[in-house]
Amino acid sequence: MAETLLAEKHPLDDIIRADRLPHIWCSGCGIGIAMRCYAQAILESDISVDQHVVVSGIGCTGRVAGYMNLDSYHTTHGRAVPFASGMKLANPDLMVTVFSGDGDLAAIGGNHLIHAARRNVDIKVICVNNFNYGMTGGQTGPTTPFGARGTTAPYGNPELPFNLPYLLAASGANYVSRWTTLHARQIKQEILNTFVKPGFTFIEVLAPCPIGFGKSNSIDAGLDEMELYRERCVLVNDGVEMEEYGIDLREERPIYVGNFIDRDQLPYRAVVTQNRVRNG
Amino acid sequence: MSGRAVLTGKHFMHGDHACAEGAIAAGCRFFAGYPITPSTEIAERLARRLPEINGTFIQMEDELGSIAAIIGASAAGVRSMTATSGPGLSLMMENLGLAVMMEVPCVLVDIQRGSPSTGLPTMAGQSDVMQVRWGSHGDYRVIAYAPWSPQEVFDLTILSFNMADRFRVPVLLMADEVIGHMVERVEIPAEDQIPRWSRKRPLHPPNGSFRAFLPQGADLVPPMAHAGEGYKVHFTGLTHDERGYPAMTAEAHQRLVTRLIDKIQSNADEIVRTEPYYLDDAKIVVISYGCTARSARRAVEDARQLGMPVGMLRLISLWPFPEQIVEQLAASAESFIVAEMNLGQMSREVERVVKQPVEGVFHAGGAMIPPEPILEAIKEVAGRG
Repeated sequence: MAETLLAEKHPLDDIIRADRLPHIWCSGCGIGIAMRCYAQAILESDISVDQHVVVSGIGCTGRVAGYMNLDSYHTTHGRAVPFASGMKLANPDLMVTVFSGDGDLAAIGGNHLIHAARRNVDIKVICVNNFNYGMTGGQTGPTTPFGARGTTAPYGNPELPFNLPYLLAASGANYVSRWTTLHARQIKQEILNTFVKPGFTFIEVLAPCPIGFGKSNSIDAGLDEMELYRERCVLVNDGVEMEEYGIDLREERPIYVGNFIDRDQLPYRAVVTQNRVRNG
Repeated sequence: MSGRAVLTGKHFMHGDHACAEGAIAAGCRFFAGYPITPSTEIAERLARRLPEINGTFIQMEDELGSIAAIIGASAAGVRSMTATSGPGLSLMMENLGLAVMMEVPCVLVDIQRGSPSTGLPTMAGQSDVMQVRWGSHGDYRVIAYAPWSPQEVFDLTILSFNMADRFRVPVLLMADEVIGHMVERVEIPAEDQIPRWSRKRPLHPPNGSFRAFLPQGADLVPPMAHAGEGYKVHFTGLTHDERGYPAMTAEAHQRLVTRLIDKIQSNADEIVRTEPYYLDDAKIVVISYGCTARSARRAVEDARQLGMPVGMLRLISLWPFPEQIVEQLAASAESFIVAEMNLGQMSREVERVVKQPVEGVFHAGGAMIPPEPILEAIKEVAGRG
């Protein structure tokens, strides 16, 4: 007879607001995987949980702030990055992570994103990219692949999407990576890497949104998109130009993943201090 | 200037600089802003001064980012401010609502210029006063003060920080280009004479039971825990319950929005500031504020010389509107005149409160209203009586 095993405690109990479950995310959604990686990384980091702060914008991914049992701030649409910048500069002891979606960070918040990268403010950005506005029901956004369908592009998206790693690299981020929700271990490890990396860091996490994006684009289930990741993801190597990192789900092109940028520009606060010592 | 935080002494000081020094004296250690005439001198002064005293100055990419940054900094426990003018204030309306909803104290300085749109960037206006009251979507209350001199810019900047912390609400310092660019005597008191009120803080160390939006005491203000203190707070712009958790019900919404408004309205006596001139026997009451009140006072003095029973109420707080004080004046006054550099904004508040006729001396902005048209209005009203 099978023995029933009851766990006293889930390993993430202390770091998730279990009293807020069930969450709002659809079956097959990838955001939970990304959040789980973040939670695990916090537990494995050498930084006390009290020092970790999560800041989100609006949208499905923006709800992450509400589920993490941390000091958590669910801000307005697009403004998570400047909110987090202010918080980090006001208290440099905090480890401030922005956890938000592609529409929030790259469309309505796009200007803040590139400027924070340019300034190299010491915040950690995790961007879940599901290629559409999921919470409002599947509209196209700044990352929707060219030609893909959305409720606001019923004849196909006429716009080219942002190639986010390329954009962030050009803007000056210290650390830029991309993984998919198929790569849970790599995501967790990359988040840990960014915790010890001074300056602005950016991790793009490709994630299925079967209800919002998949239904209009013949990717009917979350697992189908995971399968697509499995078939098409290629670990980046030195021979590939950043222009090639753009994603086009229609074609049989590789989806490049891995760490693209790892540099050591002094973060904003350190530069401010240095300038004052030199020129004060 | 020096590495001292409080520049105690007598100065011949620019209004915008008095704002910057008032902020520093109040303990402001974080400023985020975007250059905009006629407020830029505040940012320039703080860019030099804040690093001297281990504060943070950051120039943001726009005013959307500026206000977001100061809310974030304040949520981390640091007194924070931004400064702007009309076009930037319009961009800040979004997160003004967030600061109201999250109950994060912050100070927004608006050096008003001729508006709407780009308007008259280098010339004065007073036409943003209704925008701060109604400009962010939804029902809300904020606090707004209108200084009429560089000295009062200094004093009210300090009061703005204190009120923001006292009531966990954004406070607007609504100066105008005339006052912002005016140079006058400013006396800065000794550091220990600067009033500094503290935020209401949690009574107990973190033990998992802290409810970040549960008011403590009759004033309806909840104690505030800052990021990094271990309380694991959740702040959201969504309608929320006393734990800060999203609560998507009509009941929770009614409870929260009503409290946020009552928090200001029921404490209005503590917040409101006005100044009376010759009001004891006044049959005609002139109401004015900011730079226009300087002309109005002159007009009232001239009219008194001519024997007319006129007085002036200077509004120092615009929001909450000092309606009880105006109601008391209405008990004995026969008529009201409102002088303001817009085409009739605060005059609507006066009309709302009194039954007597309310005359307006208005100008769309660009130049200070001189005393003469106000005196003419007084004579006309006196002649009617």
